Amino acid sequence: MKPEYDLLVVGGGPGGALAARTAAEQGLSVCLVEKRPAIGVPVRCAEGVGRDLLTEFMDPDPAWISAEVERAVLVAPDGYRITLEPSMAGCEVGYVLDRKRFDRDLVMQAANAGADIQVKTRAVAPIVKNGAVAGALLEQQGSVSEVLARVVVAADGVESKFARWAGLETAVPLSEIETCVQFLMTGIEIDPGATVFYLGNEVAPEGYVWIFPKGDRTANVGIGISGKKCRSGSRPIDYLNRFIKSSFPEGRVLEWVMGGVPVCRPLERTVADGLIVVGDAARVSDPITGGGIYNAMFTGRLAGKIAAEAIGRGDVSADGLMPYDAGWRSSKLGMALERNYRVKEYFITLSDEKLNRLVHSVSQIDLAQFSVLGIITELVRQDPSLLLELRAIRKLL
Amino acid sequence: MLLIRRDICGYCGCCVSVCPQGALELIDAYLSVGEDCTGCGICARACPLGALEVADEA
Repeated sequence: MKPEYDLLVVGGGPGGALAARTAAEQGLSVCLVEKRPAIGVPVRCAEGVGRDLLTEFMDPDPAWISAEVERAVLVAPDGYRITLEPSMAGCEVGYVLDRKRFDRDLVMQAANAGADIQVKTRAVAPIVKNGAVAGALLEQQGSVSEVLARVVVAADGVESKFARWAGLETAVPLSEIETCVQFLMTGIEIDPGATVFYLGNEVAPEGYVWIFPKGDRTANVGIGISGKKCRSGSRPIDYLNRFIKSSFPEGRVLEWVMGGVPVCRPLERTVADGLIVVGDAARVSDPITGGGIYNAMFTGRLAGKIAAEAIGRGDVSADGLMPYDAGWRSSKLGMALERNYRVKEYFITLSDEKLNRLVHSVSQIDLAQFSVLGIITELVRQDPSLLLELRAIRKLL
Repeated sequence: MLLIRRDICGYCGCCVSVCPQGALELIDAYLSVGEDCTGCGICARACPLGALEVADEA
């Protein structure tokens, strides 16, 4: 580890890896630090990602694809199931990844592009000069050293500390954290080509239960519920245990995965003087699905590009880095985040009865228009009385 | 005072994200609590496993 780099990346997940790789490819000197002793573990993810989104960044590699998914099944609170087939436009074909290998591959790409990689190395505080982030104090094997950087990328995930130390407000409201538990299960009867989503206030209040296949008779089986619905005796672990007991009593659990997923709006500002915030640390995970792999990679790549440009211009102030903030907000991703946030705010108000109607109505939707918005548009058509409740999102339809 | 049941904690960091004080930090597999913890209990609410508990001062 050198005492000074152009770019210091805090966190070795997909966001950090893409920032490091992109900046290194632009010729910057880059160091990526990961507090854990290994890249990619522990996994804190259901590991699903859209194929078309992923291939925007790289060719798929069988080494880190656990399963290809061609169908999605929605299960209503009353048990009614609908299957969304690949022929339906908007029914995204996707992958369930092996994040342990995927994340490692992404960081290897950053290393191959020239980035320095330091694991079991933790940023303990930013270095601040004249009010601007100018590096970080890094703790490694019990000793702390100063590493200067012209720009720091905070890619430190849901438990992000760096941006907060640098003065940004990052706390997620309790009502806007999805608190999650997932078991990697084997020996269970599943459709290896389908993701399954269970909706309902009994099964997962303000969230859902998911089954994401990981191969033959193996799947990530998990649940997320709103933090405000989480109480002693009705925590995600309790809901998941109940679901497993009734659905997969024969299954064996190979791994526990826990975590929180922000479903709030993104940070009000994702840049400061000398600092860019990406991925879950920036709260850019999808408010409806909770998906964040692509979002982290997209913002990470943009951060690397804008950091290189800003350093080239000699202006790494918040203003100089603002093209990053403006860039992702005006992107397709940024607009989807805002729209999905508002749709989520409506979804979480739905009773089981309305959720039932929602899922039942999906089968009657013009397949060419299948999407989250398509479902809602159809719901309104079938039940005009909902217009009042949907007022807030009508203009987004 | 925040009690951490380390035998239950899955060191996932969910609690860290909701702490309004920024008092929690996840150091690899160890959750640390800073002196600025006010005992508000929001972290205990969010924990997916129930590893956190606010205890009255003795």
